[in-house]
Amino acid sequence: MGTCMTRDEIFAKVRTVLVDALAVDEDEVTPSAVLTRDLGAESIDFLDVVFRLEQAFGFKIAQGELFPDNVQQDSRYVKDGRVTPQGIAALKERLPHADFAVLERDPQVAKVGEIFTVDSVVRFVERKLGK
Amino acid sequence: MWIDRIVELIPRERLVAVKNVSLAEGHLHDHFAAGGGRGALPIMPASLIIEGMAQAAGILVGHAEGFRENVILAKVSLAELDADAGPGDALRYTAVLRQFDGAGASTEGTVERRLPQGGWEPIGRIDLMFSHVGAERAGPGAPAGNFVFGESFKTLLRLSGF
Repeated sequence: MGTCMTRDEIFAKVRTVLVDALAVDEDEVTPSAVLTRDLGAESIDFLDVVFRLEQAFGFKIAQGELFPDNVQQDSRYVKDGRVTPQGIAALKERLPHADFAVLERDPQVAKVGEIFTVDSVVRFVERKLGK
Repeated sequence: MWIDRIVELIPRERLVAVKNVSLAEGHLHDHFAAGGGRGALPIMPASLIIEGMAQAAGILVGHAEGFRENVILAKVSLAELDADAGPGDALRYTAVLRQFDGAGASTEGTVERRLPQGGWEPIGRIDLMFSHVGAERAGPGAPAGNFVFGESFKTLLRLSGF
């Protein structure tokens, strides 16, 4: 299923998922909106988004596949409250859908959540559907 | 506990529990006490109906992995209640497991109230999300072992025949 979906169709479904999971209005869900900063997502909301995407698109998402687990506690990635260049490189490889521009400008560990925009979720779904 | 008995448990699928509301419960005397020229209005607080569903659904989620995980209520995704429950009413909570993985679970639930003539009428829906909190995520100072499913949960399961 899903392989013939257009990007607009994927975006529309992702928007519905985010409206339901985050209790935001449709017009707030723009491609550049950041899930945490702009749409108010908290940690449990990321699991809610994963569950709803699985149901909406009919695929399974492994733990850590869309959103990373416990980056803050990972000494391989974080030093003195900042994500190291090696950490960013590793995250980029694990999360090719995410948007790292913010984190590269300001690698504070608190900014890790900001690598997930609406567009990054759409890109993730596109990759999962094999486009 | 905010449920009195588990009446059905289909592992990893659904759990049904009942709660009898009684005027002997102290909180009903305050919710709402007489005042301002009107008499007392004893009704079960909606927050405690949500807690009842959280216990029913939480047992369903915990049971899925043999109660090895600490199952923490993390999100009330939906809570709609169309009617009150007062002394003499019975509530029936049906929790259905929607999704489950290592990180947590989501459940959908219906709340029903017993009709005076028998049978049940739906009075609400409560959908919840739970996190699995193992020792590595519980943080320093957390109690050892399973700090969610304690004696009162075990007693409820035993008295319900599970």
